[in-house]
Amino acid sequence: MRRALLLIPLAIFLVVAGFLYKGLFLDPRDIGTTMIGKPLPAFSLPSLENPERTLGTADFVPGEPALVNVWATWCPTCRAEHEMLNRLAEQGVAVYGINYKDSGDAARRWLNELGNPYRLNVEDPRGELGFDLGVYGAPETFLIDRDGIIRHKYVGAIDERVWRQQLAPLYQELLEQ
Amino acid sequence: MKRLLAVLFCSLALGGFAQAAIDTYEFSSEAERQRFRQLTSELRCPKCQNQNIADSDAPIAMDLRREIHRMLESGRSDDQIVEHLVDRYGDFVRYKPPVELRTLLLWYGPWVLLGGGLLTLAVIVVRRRRVENAPHNALLSAEEQERLSQLLDKKDP
Repeated sequence: MRRALLLIPLAIFLVVAGFLYKGLFLDPRDIGTTMIGKPLPAFSLPSLENPERTLGTADFVPGEPALVNVWATWCPTCRAEHEMLNRLAEQGVAVYGINYKDSGDAARRWLNELGNPYRLNVEDPRGELGFDLGVYGAPETFLIDRDGIIRHKYVGAIDERVWRQQLAPLYQELLEQ
Repeated sequence: MKRLLAVLFCSLALGGFAQAAIDTYEFSSEAERQRFRQLTSELRCPKCQNQNIADSDAPIAMDLRREIHRMLESGRSDDQIVEHLVDRYGDFVRYKPPVELRTLLLWYGPWVLLGGGLLTLAVIVVRRRRVENAPHNALLSAEEQERLSQLLDKKDP
């Protein structure tokens, strides 16, 4: 009995060490999202390609799963990601863009130079749609299903590995639904 | 020493300036200004690792300050404003997480540890006292007593 009591400090130490060990592998920048399972928030913003035209939530719901990519020309990681988005668009993945807190002119120039993987783009210069989506930086990408319900969020640049490991299986699953 | 104090004083003064360099908002009343200050210092910036919305220079913190100001001016309550942000960014933005099953350990863990520590201490103190106060012959069993006297006898004939 007394012997067993002596083990208590060791037990406490092991529990604390377990928590701290797990903490080593958590990404502190990943704050999760509250958006999974919710529909895309309502918005009404000018189209980037054609500022005369106003786009709404319904324009982003094509009846097939799609990526909604939050990007900006001030974001170097977005430049790194752009080539991957071009490739995905070529493969037939529907990609929509939210040009987040950016200047429309710079964004249009960027698309002319680097190619335009987006079916549609909205300008969100004040980050209002970004706020409703819980966006806190760029790039961020949401995977939505055919009804416009958000299924997954990825923070950071999508590359071949991220696509293959995280997004493609989910996308495939949504396609087959 | 004097020099150290001077350096310390200067850095403190600079710190004051840095904090004061924050965008300005107009408020319809002093009470509202106070609420704004309270809210922005209690909410955490989602982009930066450990800064509140009031102190952060990140663009998202600026947006959130603007949004909080807008909501304050439109007459929303503090709870509504916090909820509005938590809906979008999750509990991460609250420096004071809500008490729920997931956070019980966080809220009450330290009290449990403190209680456990006090209990252990009390048990140890009570036991010691019992040993100290006990009559000497009560501490040993009859057998031990006999063995003791045997040993003593041998040593001191």
